[in-house]
Amino acid sequence: MLGYILRRIGMMIPTLIVISMLSFVIIQLPPGDYLTSYAMNLRQSGEEVDEVEIQNLRERYGLGQPVYVQYYKWMSGIILRGDWGQSMEWRKPVKDLIWERMALTVFLSLISICVSWFVAIPVGVFSATHQYSIPDYIFSALSFIGAGTPGFMIALVVMWVAMRQFGLNVGGLFSEEYILAPWSWDKFVDMLKHLWIPVIVIALDSTAGSIRTTRANVLDELNKPYVETARAKGVKEGKLVWKYPVRVAMNPFFSTVGWTLAGLISGQTLVAVVLSLQTNGPMMLRALRSQDMYLAGSFLFLLSVLTVIGTLISDVLLAWVDPRIRMEG
Amino acid sequence: MTTPEPQDKGRRISEHSRLEAEACPPLSEDMESLALLESEPVAESEEERLYVAGQWQLMWWKFRKHKMALVGGVILIILYIIGAFCEFVAPYDPEAYFIRYKMAPPTPVRIFDTTGKLQAPFIYHRDRSKDPETLRDIYTENPEIKYPIHFFVKGTPYKLWGIFETDINLFGLAPDIEDQGVFLLGADRLGRDLFSRLCYGARISLSIGLVGVFLSLALGIVLGGISGYYGGHVDTIIQRTIEFIRTIPTIPLWMALSAALPADWPVLRMYFGITIILSLVGWTGMARVVRGRFLSLRQEDFVLAARLSGSGEFRIIIRHMVPSFLSHIIASLTLSIPGQILGETGLSFLGLGLRAPAISWGVLLQEAQNVRSLAQAPWLLFSPAVAVVLTVFAFNFLGDGLRDAADPYAR
Repeated sequence: MLGYILRRIGMMIPTLIVISMLSFVIIQLPPGDYLTSYAMNLRQSGEEVDEVEIQNLRERYGLGQPVYVQYYKWMSGIILRGDWGQSMEWRKPVKDLIWERMALTVFLSLISICVSWFVAIPVGVFSATHQYSIPDYIFSALSFIGAGTPGFMIALVVMWVAMRQFGLNVGGLFSEEYILAPWSWDKFVDMLKHLWIPVIVIALDSTAGSIRTTRANVLDELNKPYVETARAKGVKEGKLVWKYPVRVAMNPFFSTVGWTLAGLISGQTLVAVVLSLQTNGPMMLRALRSQDMYLAGSFLFLLSVLTVIGTLISDVLLAWVDPRIRMEG
Repeated sequence: MTTPEPQDKGRRISEHSRLEAEACPPLSEDMESLALLESEPVAESEEERLYVAGQWQLMWWKFRKHKMALVGGVILIILYIIGAFCEFVAPYDPEAYFIRYKMAPPTPVRIFDTTGKLQAPFIYHRDRSKDPETLRDIYTENPEIKYPIHFFVKGTPYKLWGIFETDINLFGLAPDIEDQGVFLLGADRLGRDLFSRLCYGARISLSIGLVGVFLSLALGIVLGGISGYYGGHVDTIIQRTIEFIRTIPTIPLWMALSAALPADWPVLRMYFGITIILSLVGWTGMARVVRGRFLSLRQEDFVLAARLSGSGEFRIIIRHMVPSFLSHIIASLTLSIPGQILGETGLSFLGLGLRAPAISWGVLLQEAQNVRSLAQAPWLLFSPAVAVVLTVFAFNFLGDGLRDAADPYAR
């Protein structure tokens, strides 16, 4: 098992290198040298430009030197010093800005996955065991609607309803007094109070898909002879379903954890913009709009790394539940 | 199928006889159910018909049983017609301002007058006044004055597809009425008719799905085909590339790439830029389908036979392999169009995709993003949202039906 995990981690490395290159290409995409435009913006707004500071930054990120030198400087900064570059717009190091946002992104995505499974697995199993019953049709219809409607539209509608019916602005993850406050227990509790709307909206998409997958997988299993045998031997129906077919039907789930996570992170970005959550979405959008490229590139890099890790976890989980995979080598 | 049927076999039989029943020549309603009961004598000729039917014929028989897919197809045809002829369908120019109708709610179109008599569609005269408290405009109908809605009416001149110059619109008020308007879906904050804008948006949003999928298909068939047909190192490289692209979260990647497109590009170039960005990710799914098909078909006897009788590689692919998986490709194409449409909508919604003066459903949604305007004028949000969701559903149903039909021999 350990060997398998190590091998998989080894396979991750080239992917990570290519991802870092791609993120760097995206940092480089906007035309011109952003330090120059940064200095120009400052001058236009009448602020004083510290020539020494600009020169230092130029030196540090190798601007004006060949691309591979710049890439090397950026990468070595990340690996050796945890330095992700400088955010031109916020005038802060990127590392001071992204970690809290990324932590919230991960937190939100994980909770959404848990919620979506918590709902999807029982519903899917029920739909499969009660195939073609009225609740099955209702669940199928609901999951179809959920899968077809993009999250950000649902978010907009939720906001409209909250505004219209309750006069509330449901945006954000915190009450106003906690937004800038340092983390504390109260802030955490406050966040939990705001969390449910975003979690429902984000989880809806993957819940719909998961219901359909569970239903199809369990249905496949239910028709197999071993179920018949167990039934003939008098195993109770509830135990029979949950202990054997459901367990086998879960395998595809584990193998898709990675994709689900990627999909969630991707969809969550848009929802976060609509609901102005304090996750990666709004900040990345703003960075892209103002061409604050180190910030935007770092986000893209980190989000991709998250997906790679998600895939790794799903592979490990799959190997853990299905011994055939880890034996294969 | 209404009865729960655990036995696979039983279902197959009933399905089979239903297929026969549907395929049999149209007798009459009750005769058909009779035929279902006593399918023995009919079966022979029916079976024969089933065997001699061509591939596309079988697919059509299978497809038309999928009612939702048919409905989806019809909805899509209507939507695409609206998109193609948007200048004709839209009653007004999408940029024309009606200053008196800023954020005006939808005009109620009536077919019953005050006495309850059925009439051709008409609208009442609308007066604008200000709410003394909220200072918002309110519109009241005056049932004294009626304006009939004319069909094929003269409106502002336009050039259909930039070629045919005409001024006929599908519907509208008589051309001499200037201070009134028929706003089926209300007006936006500048007093532009939302229905007209939605029609113009349909042209861009719907076509971007097709163009994007076409690009994805071209890339997917070439690369997936190479990958599946030749295998070996080429296959490994292409598969790694696909895996890599799929590792990057789609929406952040799209955001980053489209933010790099210069904001001052003209609409048309921006349109193609966005399409290319969308298909950069989209081709991977297509390539997987094509590769899978190639891998399984490569082993088939008819490919071997063609090779033994001296066909060239290219001929084998085009003449023998492509036709046998074309139906699958069409089905997965259909299923991947919504993703592209939603991609454009999302990007434009964020302000990173198409921008005004371009009109797409995403651009319209972006204009509705402001919460305050949302509370005052919900039609600004719901009209484009419903259009997008309707399109996505229609494509999903149609794609599901096509996918099932693509394999006519499966039960």
